[in-house]
Amino acid sequence: MIKSRQIGASVNRLEGQLKVTGKATYAGEYNEKELVHGYIINSTIPKGKMIAIDETAARKVDGVIEIFTYKNRPRLPWFDIMYADMDAPPGSPFKPLLDNNIKYNGQPIALVVADSFETARFAASLVNIVYEETTSSTNLKENLAHAKNPKKGLATLIKPLPPKPKGDFEKAFIESEVTSSQEFYHSAEHHNPIELFATTTIYEGDGKLTVYDKTQGTSNCQIYIANVFGLRYSNVQVISPFVGGGFGSGLRPQYQLFLCVMASLELKMNVRVSMDRKQMFTFGHRPQTLQTVNFGADATGKLTALSHKAIAETSRFEDYTEVVVNWGNMLYPVKNTLLDYQLVPLDLYTPLDMRAPGGSTGLHAIETAMDELAYKLKIDPLEFRLINYAERDDSSDKPFSSKELKECYLQGAKKFGWDERNPAVRDTRRGNRLVGQGMSSGIWDVIALPAKASAKLTKKGNLIIKSAVTDIGTGTYTIMSQIAADELGVDVNDIIFRYGDSKMPLSPIQGGSYTTGVVGSAIKAACIALKKKLFKKAKLIPQSPFISIRLKEVIFENKRIVLKKNPSVFTNFDEILHNYRKPIKVSKSNIPNVLTLKKYTRAAHSAAFVEVEVDEQLGTINVTRAVTAVAAGTIINPKTARSQILGGMTWGISKALREESLLDTNLGKFINANLGEYHIPVHADIHELDVIFVEEKDEIINELGSKGIGEIGLASMAPAIANAIFHATGKRINNFPIHFDELL
Amino acid sequence: MNSFGYKKAASIEDTLEIKYQNKTSSFIAGGTNLLDLWKYNLQNPSELIDLNGLEDLKRISRQQNGTIRLGALATNAYTAYHPEIENYYPILSRAILSGASAQIRNSATNGGNLLQKTRCYYFYDMASPCNKRNPGSGCPAIEGKNRMHAILGHSKQCIAVFPSDMCIALAALEAKVEVFSTTGTRIINFDDFHRLPGDQPELDNTLKSDELITAIILPQRGFSTNYSYLKLRDRNSYAFALVSVATCLELENKKIKEINIALGGVSHKPWRNKQAEASLIGELPTKENFEKIASLLLKEAKGFEYNKFKIELAKRAIVRNCLMALDPSSQRPGAQPSL
Repeated sequence: MIKSRQIGASVNRLEGQLKVTGKATYAGEYNEKELVHGYIINSTIPKGKMIAIDETAARKVDGVIEIFTYKNRPRLPWFDIMYADMDAPPGSPFKPLLDNNIKYNGQPIALVVADSFETARFAASLVNIVYEETTSSTNLKENLAHAKNPKKGLATLIKPLPPKPKGDFEKAFIESEVTSSQEFYHSAEHHNPIELFATTTIYEGDGKLTVYDKTQGTSNCQIYIANVFGLRYSNVQVISPFVGGGFGSGLRPQYQLFLCVMASLELKMNVRVSMDRKQMFTFGHRPQTLQTVNFGADATGKLTALSHKAIAETSRFEDYTEVVVNWGNMLYPVKNTLLDYQLVPLDLYTPLDMRAPGGSTGLHAIETAMDELAYKLKIDPLEFRLINYAERDDSSDKPFSSKELKECYLQGAKKFGWDERNPAVRDTRRGNRLVGQGMSSGIWDVIALPAKASAKLTKKGNLIIKSAVTDIGTGTYTIMSQIAADELGVDVNDIIFRYGDSKMPLSPIQGGSYTTGVVGSAIKAACIALKKKLFKKAKLIPQSPFISIRLKEVIFENKRIVLKKNPSVFTNFDEILHNYRKPIKVSKSNIPNVLTLKKYTRAAHSAAFVEVEVDEQLGTINVTRAVTAVAAGTIINPKTARSQILGGMTWGISKALREESLLDTNLGKFINANLGEYHIPVHADIHELDVIFVEEKDEIINELGSKGIGEIGLASMAPAIANAIFHATGKRINNFPIHFDELL
Repeated sequence: MNSFGYKKAASIEDTLEIKYQNKTSSFIAGGTNLLDLWKYNLQNPSELIDLNGLEDLKRISRQQNGTIRLGALATNAYTAYHPEIENYYPILSRAILSGASAQIRNSATNGGNLLQKTRCYYFYDMASPCNKRNPGSGCPAIEGKNRMHAILGHSKQCIAVFPSDMCIALAALEAKVEVFSTTGTRIINFDDFHRLPGDQPELDNTLKSDELITAIILPQRGFSTNYSYLKLRDRNSYAFALVSVATCLELENKKIKEINIALGGVSHKPWRNKQAEASLIGELPTKENFEKIASLLLKEAKGFEYNKFKIELAKRAIVRNCLMALDPSSQRPGAQPSL
């Protein structure tokens, strides 16, 4: 019997039972012996200096062990490079406890270590800090005069700055038959994974540490710790098998990691430092962004002019950038473009990639302008996008490695019933509610990076796969096991996947929707290498049937090597291992073929179709149903993939209608720092959501032909909601989140 | 959280005695608000007096005079699903179930609901000035993020709102609050229980420090024919009201015999205007008349940068809710506010 392929199978999450029964241990839950606890004190002013720190009362509290501030911290390196993690934007990374300067409100300025978390927290409340405050600026709209071009660096290689202008935008815009000119403002958002940031550091002695951290990159944290604290890489092991959501917040080592490791090294003790929810609002966030679009089209509906400008916040010390304005010309051909992206430094922490960074911001503006042009031209919004369909990426003049967006449009529209839509605005009612239907395109690029993996067949016949990669809740553990099982022709339960550990082969940070493609390809490469080695060893067996057979003449299935043309000729893995007497192991780096990849634009696409109901008098908005069709190459596991897209769609509802970090610019701080007032959707907000995966074959992007699906479900959802609200009410509310009272 | 003592109260008298002995102690019932405040360091009781042993205060019972006595320690969930309440005071069920979450309602008590603190961000942020928390320090909400704040009855010291849903229905039902102290029992009209901030925003209500709420008394009349509770907020569940309206209506010969309207999310206390209500007595229950009363109720309203919208929203919500009160089918669980 030939086993069905594991890739494409809806395998349940292998760790699911552990998670739902509370047996999965998270970073802040390792209860080592002699563990002490740190509580972080954050600044309460946005800018200035600390001029006095009174620790007297706090030190008197029974159980307090030490209080660390800039005054008694260990000597630390001065060079920026030592603090630069894999995701550091150009600039000078933040250095906790460096000196008495306050750079932003909520800056970590002290760590109280005590025998319990509660004692540390209480003692922290007794530390009295006197500040000398200076004037701070946190208001993006009031500081536009300080907008500047972003610095270039490593980060801008992955997240390119806008391409140069093309053609003559001004002239083409004036000559356009119809135009759309709109402005947009997006509030800041904080990632808020349910698991709070936490680190447990085990002091092993002799300069060795074992660190359990909440992170999206174990290797990233290992390198950061080793560099900052002058330890040998091999002496720092960072472990993170379970991550309770990341959404980008764990792409950079957060300050609790620094403080926990510092305390452990100084005290020579096992230390845990956990943040509380309020502290989750004191580091990276999605930046406030202002956008302006000016699109023009001719009478036939072809785009003729496209201008998209964005101004986003960054910190005073780093230039965080994201790709906001580049997508329009990747989605739609147009000869005359003018794209611009600028930053305004403010007295806030550096922003940080948050699910579909830049894309979910920029697509709102792009897809709103497209929607407006369609209405002005009296062309159906979907038809208008088909008229402007890009068979080739017009922004870089390259072919797509694959692109099934058209199928997304068609299959999504069919499932949604787009054909039955009443095209008139403010013309469909259910009781006292207006009904609107809107759609949007989505795009997210496919990033290729090198990664390593190893594979080992043990004497007992288990297949052990290793990678340092984390699983941030997306199903990575399960799908990597599927990829290995598929390649080796074994059952998924025969795979032992060791991951989430910096001792394992190097993996990039888990983000950008690239993990499946990047790490999956490394695992596939390791498994292919293992097959070759296994086959070689098979030939060493006395009277092996494969002596004159080549690798491509056999298949691997059911833990056997089988001759393709005569399945009765085979060798069991057990036999090979028994004969070889040692485990068979390989390690493989997968380096993307940049020369080939460079010739193509590589992107996943989606199309979202949304229905909303808006109460005509009260303004209240409900997303009653939505369909998202996704073209993202090979879908490794339709079940976990569907969950990813549902999560993205829910986030789209959140982004369009719910979520915002309220920045009080007088106090220079985010003020709704708890999950009661930071509104993410609840069950009552989410109705019928449907997901379609469109078949798409891609032989360019990576070995698996898989594009990644972390961001693409969110990319198209929020603009489709805004467009549906317009269809229902005739109003365009361009500030996200849309507050229902703006429809009154 | 500081170190603290813990005592379980055996009787109401015992409870008051412990409280008298230790002025820095605090009662705990459901704890759904106290623990938040404690973790944020807003309250640091030296001793907890656990009321949960006082079984008598957990009951809901109809009195001989036809009124209902809601024990102060009956949970919100027990109250909302109690047959007497569901059948005869359905507006109270609707209001309670629109608040918080199932888990919180299972723990939170009726007495605690009356005493809950505002959800003003600045009040909860120890680093921010706040006249309610730290009298004289200032009110950053007036010039700050004030979407959730008051439009009625606010003062130059405080624009916080009282966040309860349950109390909005209790105000419309004209409930009374029974409190007990060493000097005996005192009955407070619901309207007199909570107070406006004025020059003393630190005081939320008129309960004295030696008093314990023992019960809420619901009058005989429960307005179970024509009633409605409407809550407008930033998400469909687990969010405090931006505006909420409780309408209790009684009709006679198709005309308004009595109408009680209480507003939530707009003031430091459940907002009522009896003069405005009186103006509708004897009138027809028409949209125009409801618009008239809505204007009267919001006449004195003054908004701030981010909450001006509440004035128009409250007017529309009042009209909608009064119309919904004419049609009890609008009150089915999970129903969208509709006609």
